[in-house]
Amino acid sequence: MYKEEITLLNQTGLHARPASLFVKEASQYKSDIKVIKDGQEYNGKSIMGILSMGAGKGDVLTIQAQGEDEEKAVKNLVDLIANQLRD
Amino acid sequence: MKGLGTSPGIGIGKVFLYVEPEINIEKKNIESPELEIERFNESINKAMEEIDYLYKRTLDEVGQDEAEIFTAHKMMLEDPEFINGVKGKINNENANAEWAVNEVANQFIAVFEGIEDEYLRARAADLKDVSSRLLRVLLGIEPIDLMAINKESIIVAEDLTPSDTAGMNKDKVVGMVTILGGRTSHTSIIARTLGIPAIAGIDNILKEVNHGDIMIIDGDVGEVIINPTDEELKLYKKKLQEMNEFKERLKSMIGEESISKDEHRVEIAGNIGTPSDIDNVLINDGEGVGLFRTEFLYMDSDSLPTEEKQFEAYKFVAEKLEGKPLVIRTLDVGGDKEIPYLDLPKEMNPFLGYRAIRLCLDRTDIFKTQLRAIYRASYYGNIKIMFPMISNINELRSAKILAEEVREELRKENIPFKEDVEIGIMVEVPSVAIHSKAFAKEVDFFSIGTNDLIQYTVAVDRGNQNISYLYNQYHPAVLNLINMTIKNGHEAGIWVGMCGEVAGDEKLIPVLLAMGLDEFSMSAGSILRARYQIRNTSKLEVAKHLDTILNLPTAEDVERYIDENILN
Repeated sequence: MYKEEITLLNQTGLHARPASLFVKEASQYKSDIKVIKDGQEYNGKSIMGILSMGAGKGDVLTIQAQGEDEEKAVKNLVDLIANQLRD
Repeated sequence: MKGLGTSPGIGIGKVFLYVEPEINIEKKNIESPELEIERFNESINKAMEEIDYLYKRTLDEVGQDEAEIFTAHKMMLEDPEFINGVKGKINNENANAEWAVNEVANQFIAVFEGIEDEYLRARAADLKDVSSRLLRVLLGIEPIDLMAINKESIIVAEDLTPSDTAGMNKDKVVGMVTILGGRTSHTSIIARTLGIPAIAGIDNILKEVNHGDIMIIDGDVGEVIINPTDEELKLYKKKLQEMNEFKERLKSMIGEESISKDEHRVEIAGNIGTPSDIDNVLINDGEGVGLFRTEFLYMDSDSLPTEEKQFEAYKFVAEKLEGKPLVIRTLDVGGDKEIPYLDLPKEMNPFLGYRAIRLCLDRTDIFKTQLRAIYRASYYGNIKIMFPMISNINELRSAKILAEEVREELRKENIPFKEDVEIGIMVEVPSVAIHSKAFAKEVDFFSIGTNDLIQYTVAVDRGNQNISYLYNQYHPAVLNLINMTIKNGHEAGIWVGMCGEVAGDEKLIPVLLAMGLDEFSMSAGSILRARYQIRNTSKLEVAKHLDTILNLPTAEDVERYIDENILN
C-alpha cells in the first residue's frame, strides 16, 4: 500500500472537470485507489464517489493505492492535482 | 386549435410528445439474481449505445463543449460504485434491476442534492437523466431523446430549452408546438433559424394529443390540426408541396445580388449564436454575419471562457466568411440570460438592470479578455465590434477607451491584429435612437436591435404572456425611431444595419428598404426570401408611402396600409 497527502489549491476543488479528469486518470491503473477525506474513504475510480466527497479548495486529501502499480498511481494523481488542475 | 404562429411554414408529421414519462418502480422478487444482473448489464450496454449516438450527433452538429455532457453521462454509467451498488442490491435482496437502479441512483442524488452547490445539483440532474434512461431501457419504453427522432415528427412540449433544441434531430423535426413562449422566445428563434414551422401559446396541447397522433401545423396562421381528415391531409400536403416548390425557387436566389428593382443595393446577412451556425448562413448565401451573439461561450460552462477559447471561436467564423463582414456583439448577459458562476443577484427588473455593457464596464476583466480575443481574431477576417445595450454616450466612450487599451497591449506584445476594426453600437434603447445624431459622430455603424427596442419603447416585457399583444413591430413609434436612426446615421456618413427579428419581417422589409437601411441581418432561413423580396421591390415606389406610414395612428393601421398599398 502506498499513500500521499495533498491539499487542494485550485478554486474548483475536486469537482466538475477536475473530478472527471481525476477519475479518468485513476481508472488507468490496476491498483485499487481510494481518496480519503475527514476519515471517510471514497473510490477513486468512481465519479460519483469523488463528487459526493464534495472536496473544495483548502481540503486535505489522502490518495491511497493498493496493487502492482500503487506508487506510480499515487504519484501521478498527486501530480495531477498539484499541477494540472488549474482554474 | 389556434395558437401564435412563431415560425412560418407547414409541418405534417407524427406527434412527438416531449414530456418526462412517469415511471413507477415497484420492488419485485426475482427468481434468479444472475439473470437479473445479466439484464442489468444489457441495459447498460443499450444505454451506452444511445449516449454514444447523442455524443457524436452533438459533436457534429453543435460542438465539443455541448457534447461533453454526454461524456459525463457515460462516466456515470461506467461508475464502479454505481454498478456494484446495483448488483449488490439485486443479489442481496433478490430484487428486480429497476428497483435496484432506482434505489442506488436516488442515494447518490440525495447526496449530491444535500451539498450546497450549483454544480452538484446539475450533476444530480445528470444522474436522474442517466438513471431514467436505464429504467426506460429496462422497462422497454421508447426513448424521448429529441435527437433519436427518426420519423417526421412535430415536437409537442411545454417549452424547449437550448439543449433540447441543440440536441434534436433537425432533419426529422418538421414542427414544434409549445405551451409557453412568444415570437422572441428561444424555441421560436431556433425554429426560424432552422426553417421549422412553430406555434406557441396553446395551453391544453399536452392533454389534447397523444404520442404518435398525426398532426398538421400551419406556422403562418398558428393553426394546429390533430388527427386530420383525409381531405385536410390532402389539402395541406398540397400546400406543403407548393411551399417546397417556393423554397426551390428561392434557391435560384443563391448567387444573385441583393438589389432592388430600381437598383439600390443592400446587404443581407445572417444572425448566428454559435460558430457552427455559420454553415447555415453560408448555405443560404448570406453576405456576412450582422450579429454574432457571443453568450454561448459564457453559458453552458462552469467558468469564464478563456481568451484562447474565444479567439478560436471568433477566428473560426471569420475565416469561414472569407472576408465577408462579421459583426461580433460583445457579451450581452443579464436580463433573461443568466450565467450561474457570475453569481449575479436576482433583480426586480432584470431587463432594466445590471446587464450587457453595464456589466462589462464594471467587470472590465471579463470585457477586456473578450476584446483581446476579438482583436486577435480580427487579423483573420473582416471583423467589426458591436456594443450592446448602450444607453448614453459615456458608456460608449468608456468602452472605446478599453478597446484602445487592449489595442495598446497587443501592440506592445507584437500580436497581430487589425488597427481599423470598425466599432459600432446596438441601437436598442430609445434614448440612443432619439439621440442618434450625437452617437453617429462617435461610431462607425449602428445596428438596430428591434427586439429590445420594441420592448423598451412600448414598455412591454416580451416574455409576459398577458401583455404580449402590446409587443408589436408595426407600432408607429417604433417605426419612427428606426427611421430617425437611419436618417441620422446617414447624415453622419455611417452605415446602418438591423439585427432584430424585424429585419426579416416580410411586411417591413420594403419599408426598411425605403428608409434606406443598408444591412438586413436575420435568421439564416429568411435570407433568400428577403433577397427575393428586395429584388421585386422598388425603393422609390415604397418611399412615396413612407410619410403616410410614419404618421398613421396605430400599428393595425400600419399593417393594413402595407398589406393594401405595398405588398399588392
